[in-house]
Amino acid sequence: MSLVYKCIGKNMLVKFIGEIDHHESKTLRVEIDDVIESDDIKNVIFDFTNVEFMDSSGIGMILGRYRKVEDKDGGVFLVNVKDNLDDIFRISGVYSVAKKYDTLGEVMDLV
Amino acid sequence: MMNVAFDNEMRLQFLNRSENESFARATVAAFVSQLDPTVSVITEIKTAVSEAVTNAVIYAYEGKEDFIYVRCGIKDMEVHITIEDKGVGIESIEKAIEPAYTSKPDEERAGMGFTIMQSFMDEIMVESKVGAGTIVKMIKRIEE
Repeated sequence: MSLVYKCIGKNMLVKFIGEIDHHESKTLRVEIDDVIESDDIKNVIFDFTNVEFMDSSGIGMILGRYRKVEDKDGGVFLVNVKDNLDDIFRISGVYSVAKKYDTLGEVMDLV
Repeated sequence: MMNVAFDNEMRLQFLNRSENESFARATVAAFVSQLDPTVSVITEIKTAVSEAVTNAVIYAYEGKEDFIYVRCGIKDMEVHITIEDKGVGIESIEKAIEPAYTSKPDEERAGMGFTIMQSFMDEIMVESKVGAGTIVKMIKRIEE
């Protein structure tokens, strides 16, 4: 698992590559939080195009980042959610705090 | 459940290190693939196994190193999986399986593990004894 990210103003675009589980999420959240703090990020956009597997540890990671930015009136956005991830997001109620979008373009129009 | 005479069976035993979570789910998926399930069924099984193994890694041994045991049996088109630990056990299973319940919110656990296991598998049973350990049994029926 690795991630690549790009910051555009106060928006952080995070692209995951590989599998998101408990083991991987421990390092992912530290990497993301470092950038949220150092670059004063308001919105975090997660791109799931290259995620091969995710379990509920991914939910914890998304909700944790949401809590980091919600005080700044920011948000978390989910792009390119495949069917198997969609089931997990739906079951766990993630969509009540983070909406999904088909393309990055749609999100960039909002933030 | 494990009194079933299986057509085929495998057993795994590994330390409760988080890097073994992917090993466990990938190995079960590879074993189950002999039934030729769809990609989405394989993903559901992998996810359920990952949830159960992760629970054992995080909660069972309270920081001590010890083993987690996974068994997977095939009977006709049914997959029987058990994930077992000999750890601290669960005081209230009723509470543990409640959606969004976690005893470790600081570690960003969403508390959705059992909910996901229940929705991705056809049957799930949890047995636990405080001080003795926990066993999660799951069944998935594969369509031909």
